[in-house]
Amino acid sequence: MHMPNPGLTEFDYVKPTSLAEASRLLAEHSDEACPFMGGTDAFVRIRDGFISPQTMVDVKHLPGMRDILYDERTGLMIGAAATMNVVARHPEIQDHYTLLAEAANSVASYQVRNRATIGGNLCNGSPAADTAPATLVLGGRMVLYGPDGEREVPAEAFFLGPGKTAVQAGELMTAIRFPVPPAGSGGKYLKLGRNKIGDLSIVGVAIFGFPDGAAPSGYRFRVALASVAPVPLRALAAEDVLAANSPGEETFTLAAEKAAEAATPIDDVRASAAYRKSMVRNLTLRGLRDVWGQLQNT
Amino acid sequence: MAIHSITVTVNGLKEHLDVPSNMTLLQMLREKLVLTGTKNGCMAGECGACTVLMNGEPTNSCMVLAVEADGAEVITVEGLAHDDQLNPLQEAFAEHNAVQCGFCTSGMLISAHALLERNPHPTEEEVKEAMVGNLCRCTGYLRIIQAVETAAKKGGA
Repeated sequence: MHMPNPGLTEFDYVKPTSLAEASRLLAEHSDEACPFMGGTDAFVRIRDGFISPQTMVDVKHLPGMRDILYDERTGLMIGAAATMNVVARHPEIQDHYTLLAEAANSVASYQVRNRATIGGNLCNGSPAADTAPATLVLGGRMVLYGPDGEREVPAEAFFLGPGKTAVQAGELMTAIRFPVPPAGSGGKYLKLGRNKIGDLSIVGVAIFGFPDGAAPSGYRFRVALASVAPVPLRALAAEDVLAANSPGEETFTLAAEKAAEAATPIDDVRASAAYRKSMVRNLTLRGLRDVWGQLQNT
Repeated sequence: MAIHSITVTVNGLKEHLDVPSNMTLLQMLREKLVLTGTKNGCMAGECGACTVLMNGEPTNSCMVLAVEADGAEVITVEGLAHDDQLNPLQEAFAEHNAVQCGFCTSGMLISAHALLERNPHPTEEEVKEAMVGNLCRCTGYLRIIQAVETAAKKGGA
């Protein structure tokens, strides 16, 4: 068994005071500089010997990185360095983006959530990232700042592979933007771990639904899965079933089946691939029932 | 490797220290300030033995760089008791035999203290959720949870 190195390897800590300076530092030292946010993933990887940065570039204090702004006309903007606890207890996120608050609150422990950031969670590119399914179903757009200025990447185009995202050399994520949720919408994040709370996800399922006259069923659902594919992903075939067929147990069962088919999990220390596929079906079904209940109550 | 001159308030005392970039807050507390109540358990932010309060929030000190504590207020387990008077949580832990080897206890007290400050009357579920980041290999947790609930009933933190 590989034991983690107790100390951190040697590096220089630098704290740029502007986005431009941060971007320059990251571009210049792209092979060996690590953007440093909460460190809850970075420190583990350093100690396990997966990365050995020469420079830790602290970006979490840069302008806007910790801001959370909500406007009922334009939606939500969350600074990339907002911690999980801050996201989870923010009144406007709880009211209008409950699913995202649930997802942030499901990460690890209270201590970790005081350091782990939503931007770090997304940029780490783990398929298990708890905030990823919520970001996918809520229509999140990642705001990146780099040598050529600012650009936006929609969540669907952001995750490229395990540990790989659309962030280029010299870029850092500064914020995530969410549109105003459709009227009457509801959502739920279900996370299965080896214990009730505190674990990494074996399977994560985010369901988001809202009334939509343009859909034959009168409703549109978005379903996103974590930990069951190389990237967090939307289960589009399941979504099609839900758009086409009246909401109810029969439709939800079929949709859950489609979600399980969309999953391509692996065996790992936490669970087998077969178990994961099964649990995608079960969690999707539970999630759909829950969100349908919410939609009927609004 | 860079050295940083920092000022950290630890248990109410202002400390001026020079720390290398890669030193963690945990190492700083134990090695520079000889505050060895805070323990090194897993070095991965999973066990909570290293939990301290940083600007009022429970934080795994093994996962924070010492240089990041510049300008911060840190409370360790040594800062809970006042003039040899145990705080209500510490008394409750003793009363309930919530300590066996004691290695997790520092972190448990800090997490519980912060919980009762922000939620003076937690349910059992809320206690468990707040303390899920503090692992204990000895007690089986029941007495720890009871101790936190007793301290809450007595209005203490």
